[in-house]
Parts: sequence; C-alpha cells; structure tokens
Amino acid sequence: MFYCILCYNLESELQAWTREKEATVMARREAVAHALASQGRLGPVGKLMPTTTAMTVRASREPLVLDGPFAETKEQLLGFYLVDCKSLEDALEVALELVGDTGSLEVRPLAQFYPGIGLQ
Amino acid sequence: MTDVAWIGAALTAARPQAVAALLRYFRNLDIAEEAFQEACLRALKSWPVNGPPRDPAAWCIFVGRNSALDEMRRRNKHDSLPDDDVIPDGEASESAMVDRVDSSAYQDDVLRLLFICCQPELPATQQIAVALRIVSGLSVAQIASAFLVSEAAMAQRITRAKRAITQSAVEFETPGPVERAERLSAVAAMIYLLFNEGYSASGGEAHVRVPLCEEAIRLGRLLLRLFPGESEIMGLTALMLLQHARAAARLDENNNIVLLDDQERSKWDRALIAEGLVLVEKAQRQGIPGTYQLQAALAAVHARAARPQDTDWSQIDQIYAVLEVLQPSPVITLNRAVAVSKVRGAGAALEMLDPLAEPLAGYFHYFGVRGALLKELGRVADARAAFNQAIALARTAAEAAHIRMNLDKLNS
Repeated sequence: MFYCILCYNLESELQAWTREKEATVMARREAVAHALASQGRLGPVGKLMPTTTAMTVRASREPLVLDGPFAETKEQLLGFYLVDCKSLEDALEVALELVGDTGSLEVRPLAQFYPGIGLQ
Repeated sequence: MTDVAWIGAALTAARPQAVAALLRYFRNLDIAEEAFQEACLRALKSWPVNGPPRDPAAWCIFVGRNSALDEMRRRNKHDSLPDDDVIPDGEASESAMVDRVDSSAYQDDVLRLLFICCQPELPATQQIAVALRIVSGLSVAQIASAFLVSEAAMAQRITRAKRAITQSAVEFETPGPVERAERLSAVAAMIYLLFNEGYSASGGEAHVRVPLCEEAIRLGRLLLRLFPGESEIMGLTALMLLQHARAAARLDENNNIVLLDDQERSKWDRALIAEGLVLVEKAQRQGIPGTYQLQAALAAVHARAARPQDTDWSQIDQIYAVLEVLQPSPVITLNRAVAVSKVRGAGAALEMLDPLAEPLAGYFHYFGVRGALLKELGRVADARAAFNQAIALARTAAEAAHIRMNLDKLNS
C-alpha cells in the first residue's frame, strides 16, 4: 500500500526560524527519507512554496479562480496531482480542466522536488 | 521536546497578530506590549511543560489579555475596564478561544499595528525603527546595530516615535475599503523603505544590515497572507524577493557594489527568484498595473536571463512605457532610454535623452548613459565630454571607476 504523508505547520513560524533550527529539522527529515530511499520505498517528495504563491480554483456554475490558498475547513484533502507546467497560467488551465463541477483545487508551485524511485 | 529556539520563533511569529489584537482590545500601545511581554514570559514557563499550543498567537492574546486585566484590577479596583464584547471573556478553553477570535478581524488588526508606525510626521528611519520594535519585536540593541547608531541614541528615537504614535488619533473601527487601501499603501511604502535600508548598504556595514532585508520580506509575506488578493502587495513581496536573490552577487570581496551586468549569476538565489517570478505572474493576472508590480516585473526580466546578453530588452522597454504613464519621472524615461538603445539603437535612445538634459542636469547616471550612447554612435569627443561630466557628479568611487573604464576604452 502506498501512503501519502502530508506536512502541516504554522508558516509564519517557519519563516521566523533561525538557519540552525531549519538545518536541524531538515537534517532529521532527510535522514529518514534517505533510509527509505535506500530500501526502495520512497516515492516523490516535494517542498511547496509559501501559501502566498497559491491560487485556488473552485467549482461553481463558472469555475472561480481565487488568489490565495484553499482556506475552507469544512472540506477534506482527498488527493493531489503533480504536473509540469510552463507557467502559473498553464497550471491554472490544467486545474480548470480538472475541476469540472465539483470541489476545489489549490494550485501551488514546488520549491524543491525529489522524484524518488518509480514505485510499483 | 519543546526547545527554546522553537519557542522563540513561535513568539516572533505570533507577535504581530497578538500585539495587534491586544492593541484593539486595550486601545493603548504600552499596555498591549506589556501584556504580550507577560504572555511570552508565561509561555517560556508553560510550553516546555505542557507542550506547545496549537495556535500560539491566540494563546498569547488570551493569556496576555487576562494577565493585563488582573494587573489593572490589582492596581486600581476603580479603574474602568475595557468592554468585554471586544474579545469574549469567561473561562474559555484555548480551543474555544481560537474559534471565537474572528480571524477576519486579524487582517485589520495587523494592518493597523503596521499603519500606526507610518506616522507622516516621523522621518522614514524612525518609522522603520519603531516598526521593528513594535511589530517585529527586535530589541533596541538589535535595531541600533542595524542602523549603526548607539543603543542610547536608538532608544531615544524609538521613545520619541512611540510618543508621536500615542498622541495620534488611531482609528479602531474596522476601516472601509478606501481607508484600508490607503493604509496598505502607506504600510507597503514603509516595508520597502525597511528593505532598502538593508539593500542599499555597502562597505563594511553591509552584512550587518542583511537582516533588515529578511525582516522586510517576512513582513511582506505576512501582509500578503492577510490580504491574498492585493496585487501591489504581491508586487512588493516579489520585488523584494527578486532583489534580495542577488544579494550574494551584489557585493565584491571589498563590499563594493557590483553592477547587474557584471554579477556572477550563478550566485543568485534560485529559490527566491522562483517564488518572486510566481508572485509577479500572479499579480499581473489581475491586470491592474501598480508601481511595485512593474518594478518587480523589471527585476523578473533580469532574473530570467541566464546571461546579460539574454535580457529581453523589448519587454523592459514595454514595462517602462507603462511606468512612465503611471509614475512620470525623468529618471524612468532615462531608464527606458537604456532599454530603447538595445532594441532600436543608440540614435533613438539619444533623442529620448534630449528633453531630460535640464531636469537631470545634476544626475550622474544621465551623463553616464549619454556618454555610452554617444560612444556607440562614434561621437568620441561628445562622449568624452559626457563621461567627464559624469565623473564630476559621481557619488562613490565605484561609480567614478566605472566611467573611467569607459573613458579608457574611448581613448584606446
């Protein structure tokens, strides 16, 4: 079974971290990821850019394109796509194509990407 | 498991929101700051034992407010206390408290806190210093060292600035759209001034001032999280990110400024550039041009070019054309002329320069650009005269050296 592990934290706090603190946190995470990779169990890993870069596409009679991250708390996170896009506009077009008449899609660029192994 | 570094970061991050909410509640900056200070002291005792709260800012507001109220009751039982409907009272648990503090009020709270630092009668450096003290929570010693003045002098400046703030009439009602836009624009200007205090530094003090740039970026992102649809705040944040991305390439080993064309672009910070480029694109989607957004778009064109010769000058020409309309100034036209010289040749650019001769008669760059254009057109004697005028107007040794290099090429 594949498991998706999603990272949550207070962004304002991360942006106030010292370099040492950031290095400590990243070192711990990288050590775990490295061990998983050597066992052939690690798929793609990504670090998202800050939420200030995010946009949201919401299904409506005409789908809405909104500035900012997905902010509602009533809906649940159900899945994700990783798409190679030339620009934000390009990514929004993909999201508009995907959204259809239901749900919301947050579009957020990746700051870092590790492709992992091709999980079977 | 709750280490001190984490608590420090959590309190720094919580500070703008917490002090801003406490200010709205008590309507007194000193009380709000003291209440937050008290909450910090309690956090240092409580968090290592009880674990971190889910929302540190809400925790600080709740604890700070209650401790300040207790203190007021102790001091004077007859003091009238603030209305309880601003933040509901009672034995609320922390999570219930978080629900009750309306998150949409946070926006205007934080904006107000930033805005009161922008007192028009205060000189820019005092506005920045007091914002660093109140909003960012830097110590007077830290601010003094960033401004290269003594701690006593900085303490005096901040005290004076705070007095001006206390005496001004702060509007505590929720601002209307026009007022909110005015506040945002004043605050954006203050944040950009803060950024430039760090960015324009060179020489021995340069490294001391980098934290000013980082703090300005942090405030820009904070403001953008609160106002996610404001294209000028996107533009401001993008502009700071794209400029700061060049920090490592901008100064040589003697801390002299390296011109854009001579910078080693491999030293540019790609992560900051990527974030800045997305924000520029996001801002441009709205189709409302603004000065920060356009300046960020200019920085974006340079950031996209792998080498100086790859720069898309026609795009730069177009962006300056919009800026000329939005914010007409001879310096903007001069900059546009540089782009025009790359797209349509030196002759066309020189024509644009003629009407600028009078307004820019004392401006180093005017003669530098004029000399370079004349040189390109083979008018050696005229070029030499312009370069000599530029040297006479140079403000730094680096500026003069750059022109001398051009003069030497002219003679060889």
